[in-house]
Amino acid sequence: MSTLFEMISYPFLVRAFIVGILVSLCASLLGSSLVLKRYSMIGDGLSHVGFAALAIAYPLGISPLWLSIPVCVIAAFLLLQIRESSRIRGDAATALLLSGALAIGVMTISLTTGMNTDVCNYMFGSILAMSKSDLHISVILSIVVLILYILFYNRIFAVTFDETFAAATGTRAQTYNMIIAVLTAVTIVLGMRMMGTLLISSLIVFPSLTAMRVCRRFLSTVIVSAVLAVTCFSIGLILSYLYSIPTGASIVVTDIVVFFLFLAIEKIRER
Amino acid sequence: MSLIRCENVSFAYSGKNAVSGVNFEVNAGDYLCIIGENGAGKSTLIRGLLRLKKPSSGKITYGDGLKPNEIGYLPQQTEAQKDFPATVSEVVLSGCLNSLGMHFFYSKDEKRRARDNMDLLGITDLSDRCYRDLSGGQQQRVLLARALCATKKLLLLDEPVTGLDPVIAGELYHVIRDLREQKHITIIMVSHDVNGAVREADHILHLANGQKFCGPTVRYINDPIGRAFLGGAAS
Repeated sequence: MSTLFEMISYPFLVRAFIVGILVSLCASLLGSSLVLKRYSMIGDGLSHVGFAALAIAYPLGISPLWLSIPVCVIAAFLLLQIRESSRIRGDAATALLLSGALAIGVMTISLTTGMNTDVCNYMFGSILAMSKSDLHISVILSIVVLILYILFYNRIFAVTFDETFAAATGTRAQTYNMIIAVLTAVTIVLGMRMMGTLLISSLIVFPSLTAMRVCRRFLSTVIVSAVLAVTCFSIGLILSYLYSIPTGASIVVTDIVVFFLFLAIEKIRER
Repeated sequence: MSLIRCENVSFAYSGKNAVSGVNFEVNAGDYLCIIGENGAGKSTLIRGLLRLKKPSSGKITYGDGLKPNEIGYLPQQTEAQKDFPATVSEVVLSGCLNSLGMHFFYSKDEKRRARDNMDLLGITDLSDRCYRDLSGGQQQRVLLARALCATKKLLLLDEPVTGLDPVIAGELYHVIRDLREQKHITIIMVSHDVNGAVREADHILHLANGQKFCGPTVRYINDPIGRAFLGGAAS
């Protein structure tokens, strides 16, 4: 408890807590749909695009969020379109985008600011990355994502469970897929500087996969994964403070431990 | 006026015709079975009727003001549903989505309609069970209840009995027959089970990349095409 009080006396840690909890919530809600729709890799693809956008934004002096959010939204649109047309398979397209964007980002960094500790921060995340102005944008955007998710919950369930049925019976399934993609892109960009490019997609995948070990109802899957996401984030952040380990990594390791705990519960139940 | 009328309709995938020259009409209250070999274009035609795929030529007209949100559909099961955590009531209720309009959440009316349809199909006691844990026949009943939530007029069923054992398949046929009689719903079914199709439906559409036969079942069983296909299926 005293650790917690000590932590909230640092403004940058308070910012990290606020944004982290909101972003973890958004990511875990969207994650249930993405995992079930077989879009688990979309988070990875988008975070690498976000990395490239950050790398380009810094030397140009543009606020990184303003550049990377639109770029990621466009990338999410493209990824979904490619899945539709299927000349190149969706997973291959994600792999192309992922390495392509990473290469562009690394090249830009080495030509401008040069490879330094910043690159390490981009890759693995840093809680110091949150400035005051970032805090405002992040809080507003993640609350918008949360509200939209709740309002569209029934539609998101329908297109996740059976897109063909939804489209056949007069629901604009493609529109709701796009809404999911846009919300995902925004969430990824908001979370990636704290979690790091390489680790952000864990926020999407782990909580929902963990919740699915024990849940039999979609609504409870979503709620349990949201609770797990916030819990694991908080534990991870505290551990990272106590043992001076990178935040992203310490959150992911917490996620892994909880995942195996739930896996064990599932196995015991099946007996 | 007929509910659906197809005039010389063709569907193509990347330039190649999957099915061409289809002419038929479905009137309110009909029970039409679409039969044919694998790859004869049956599912393509269904996708076309659902407006999920545009015909490459010809015209489909919908009569009686039939809107897309008045069609119920029972699709073939998808891979994603095998590990999907959702209860029966959640799945059935999602069929009411097309009557939500501008609203975000389901009203009492829609929840009641979902309950009524679960009652009708005898799955009320399964309502809190997880969809993926059910047997094949139970899953089809759930999807049928969902389709009923989406329509009062027309049901399109894509191979509803495939993969079910004969007793369960027979029960499902029975349910579909009851729905048609009690709720006056028009039925269009794609089927591999030719004998079941001839027994249940009053109209048959036989496809083999084109239209081989279309007409009442009584004529089909005496038609050379029908006799050949039925004979092949029986042996």
